[in-house]
Amino acid sequence: MSELVETAAPLVAPPSGLMRAFKSIGLLRESWVGMVGAAMVLFWVLVALLAPLIAPYDPLANYQSFVKPGGVDAKGNYFLMGTDQIGRDILSRVIYGTQRVLIYAPLATMSAYVVGIIMGLLAAYRGGWWDTILTRVADIILSFPPLVLYIVIITQVGQSAFVIVAAIVLASGPGIFRIVRGLVLDIKTREYVAAAETRGESNFYIMFVEILPNARGPLIVDFCIRLGFVTITIGILAFLGLGLPPPDPDWGKMVNEGRALALAFPHMTLFPCIAISSFVLGLNLLADGLREVALRD
Amino acid sequence: MTIDYDDVVLEIEGLCLSYYIRAGEVPAVVDFDLKLHRGESIGLVGESGCGKSTVANGIMRYMGANGAITGGSIKFNGRDMAEMSEEEVRQLRGNEIAMIYQEPMAALNPSLTIATQMIEVAVYHDDATEEEARARSLQVLADVHIPDPERLLASYPHQISGGQQQRVVIAMALLSNPSLLLLDEPTTALDVTVEAGIVELIGELSEKYGTSLLYISHNLGLMLEVCDRIAVMYSGDVVEEGHIDSIFSWPKHPYTHGLFGCIPLPHADKNARPLVAIKGQLPLPYERPDGCNFGPRCDFYEEGSCDKMQAMEEVHTDEDDAHRVRCHRWNGIDHTAAIPKGPSHAAATIGETVLEVDNMQKYYEIRDNSLKAVIAGDNVRYVKANEQISFKAGKGETVAIVGESGCGKSTFAKVLMGLETATGGAVRLNGDDIGGRHVQSRTPKLLSSLQMVFQNPNDTLNPSVSVGNQIARVVKRFGVESEPAQIREHVLKLLDTVKLPRDFYNRMPRQLSGGQKQRIGIARAFAGKPATVIADEPISALDVSVAAAVTELLMDIQREYETTLLFISHDLAAVRYLSDRVVVMYLGGIMERGTTNEVFAPPYHPYTEALLSAVPIADPQVEKRRILLEGNLPSPLDPPKGCPFSTRCPRRIGAICDDEIPPVQFASDRHAIACHIPMEELREVEPVIKLHEEHIPPEVLGGDQPTPVGGDD
Repeated sequence: MSELVETAAPLVAPPSGLMRAFKSIGLLRESWVGMVGAAMVLFWVLVALLAPLIAPYDPLANYQSFVKPGGVDAKGNYFLMGTDQIGRDILSRVIYGTQRVLIYAPLATMSAYVVGIIMGLLAAYRGGWWDTILTRVADIILSFPPLVLYIVIITQVGQSAFVIVAAIVLASGPGIFRIVRGLVLDIKTREYVAAAETRGESNFYIMFVEILPNARGPLIVDFCIRLGFVTITIGILAFLGLGLPPPDPDWGKMVNEGRALALAFPHMTLFPCIAISSFVLGLNLLADGLREVALRD
Repeated sequence: MTIDYDDVVLEIEGLCLSYYIRAGEVPAVVDFDLKLHRGESIGLVGESGCGKSTVANGIMRYMGANGAITGGSIKFNGRDMAEMSEEEVRQLRGNEIAMIYQEPMAALNPSLTIATQMIEVAVYHDDATEEEARARSLQVLADVHIPDPERLLASYPHQISGGQQQRVVIAMALLSNPSLLLLDEPTTALDVTVEAGIVELIGELSEKYGTSLLYISHNLGLMLEVCDRIAVMYSGDVVEEGHIDSIFSWPKHPYTHGLFGCIPLPHADKNARPLVAIKGQLPLPYERPDGCNFGPRCDFYEEGSCDKMQAMEEVHTDEDDAHRVRCHRWNGIDHTAAIPKGPSHAAATIGETVLEVDNMQKYYEIRDNSLKAVIAGDNVRYVKANEQISFKAGKGETVAIVGESGCGKSTFAKVLMGLETATGGAVRLNGDDIGGRHVQSRTPKLLSSLQMVFQNPNDTLNPSVSVGNQIARVVKRFGVESEPAQIREHVLKLLDTVKLPRDFYNRMPRQLSGGQKQRIGIARAFAGKPATVIADEPISALDVSVAAAVTELLMDIQREYETTLLFISHDLAAVRYLSDRVVVMYLGGIMERGTTNEVFAPPYHPYTEALLSAVPIADPQVEKRRILLEGNLPSPLDPPKGCPFSTRCPRRIGAICDDEIPPVQFASDRHAIACHIPMEELREVEPVIKLHEEHIPPEVLGGDQPTPVGGDD
């Protein structure tokens, strides 16, 4: 009977987990949309990391006010993006503002994901009362306009980084919960889940080893898009004056500060706006690319 | 209508079809020839991935965005289709060439009534007015034996059964009276008794309408019932083609031969004449070998001749009996001498009772919380998924549980595994009642002694965990080994047992073929040395040659471990082949149980009789009595008051069948039939399947054949 061995298609040496991750990133090269997105995101990540090296001035130092982009002040300092009403260099502020966005947006999104995934797994896998209660809670939160939710929470609880992150988790957690719940409802009917149940695995093991890893595809794509949303949300909150506390530079706050003078000095709002949109666009393109590559095989 | 050999409907010459994927061009079909006469039906048979469906799509000129016709010609009624404009081809589709797909629900639009969809076809293709179209629809629906066409026209697709849906799809295809009907696995998604009806219908319609059929299937038995000629495809081209009797009686190509060796025909026997799987697996389209595609898997491979391209050769040439084969050595192979025979085994001894199911009952509760139901006091209804299930299984024994979808066999498996709990009766494993114990309240020892092999190879393994780790987890959990090194060693041994190379340890499930995944599933089930294994349709999703290998593997391991195997299946051929005893279920209850020989011979329960008749058998030596079941499976929410089968029973004897639950009659001490018909009458029933006298399996007939022409080696 040994000749009945089904010979396998010849394959390269078994790839380890890390190798596989790199390989899937390599697949992204197939999608130029994804590559453009990845390049834009990578650009901002590098800017954030290298901020102290590449920023020409101290973002908090005051020079001459209202220097136009490409203009020079009385002392001969050159300002590529000009200065704002109290004479701070906009380029340096945009560069340092990147750090804030790239810390708080991923932090808030990740936290929302942790909450959403746990809720979704519990509701869909355990079912019954878990499902009823968690779904109702999610529905109640989703029934509020998100902006109202943010304003109420931040004005009532206080304007701190922690509260802002918590508010974002509260507002976007239910959306993630719904996606996870939908995915898990499908995956939990798979035979490998039944196989795990019949060997007496714990609920925890089944949820996090058998189910969650197999839901990762759509979740990674959603994560990219949601990270863009959260970036915009943080910008909007700062624009409304509910953002992270001063004095650190912040893209949204820069737009807000320049708003009143936007007609006379458009550069004060223009550059932070470009920064926000290019980062969000990069994330969305990256998500599109990931989806495209994921669908192809 | 007879076949008109002067009128060629479809002539395909040297057809090459390719798909373009990331890796480059994939030649799916290479140099494909076919000639189809008016009124003729040709079967296209082959395993998945051999290009059957691609041929059908190529004929429809419907290759999708990444497919293309790269060579050859398709002539339809004498006209080359390549020269037709897009518009002409569109007119041809549906009008002259119609196609019927596997999944009827996917072919019908769920948001439109049947009437809208049928009338649209007639109006679009025949310029009929709506009244004409309606009248014609009614007539065609009557032709496909739909009981109440008027009512059906007003229904939506989800309101009718799968069998009726497929009849509607066939009716739609026939509306414009096409001269060619392409059927792509039209009955694969249906139950056997429903399939038998559709197959009968297809045969009848091609007579009546004079339509030529191209019938695509992997099921050789069906071919025998439907087709005049048959073309066997392997890896993108036809390897053997000829009249159905000629191919079934004297198959020439080693691949065709191999296929017959994989099918559990009535003369196969798991101990004396086990199935012989074809070694190796289908090459990927871009990894085809030089010369004969089948070369690497062929027992008769000869260097120097088989590694060159081979054209089709005539075995014999009469117009209505042409038989051609693509093999260098067809005339030199003596299939008589070289009957590939698997090792025979001594029949397993069946030990003491391991599993005892005693009046097991599983009801699902359905609550209706509407005010009306609560006031009326009938807000709780029951789905009677399992009713009075009783049987025993001994050590080393294979018990098959047979029935169509919805008969409760999977619910029964769930109760055994503890994924559901029984609502009545007892399930005893080695004396302990486990029927009421949910999987979470079972001890590790109990869990490890009762394991399951699942149906769907693509679903049975966690796609994110490597094969080795998945088996290792079981080994660890069931405490077979505890040291990491020993666990690894044990997993490698299990890989040996299921005949897979050891380096599969690090593979991910997606790198495995369906058969290989199913082997891993078997290794996982047997990792804890279980006393009982439940196999829920373990081979139904696999190709014949792979299924044969997996079946043999399952039997081997069972012999080695002396496991009690519960084999759940709808495939009576496989059941007859591998089981010692059979339990036939219908609508949650047991209709008949007994040893395999007892169940497959009179006295039968009328349902067993119908099931046996419905199973296609790929052997022209077998004569079958046709019994077609009318009607649909009743809802388990509202089963008939008396015998569950009374609504469809062809042997119904009267009101007693509707009103009283039938008594269990014993034909021998272990052969029980639940039926009102007296045992004496049941005993007199003629056997459904008759083997011709002095029946000899086809491969033994090698020498006894017409003198071949051509081919001189």
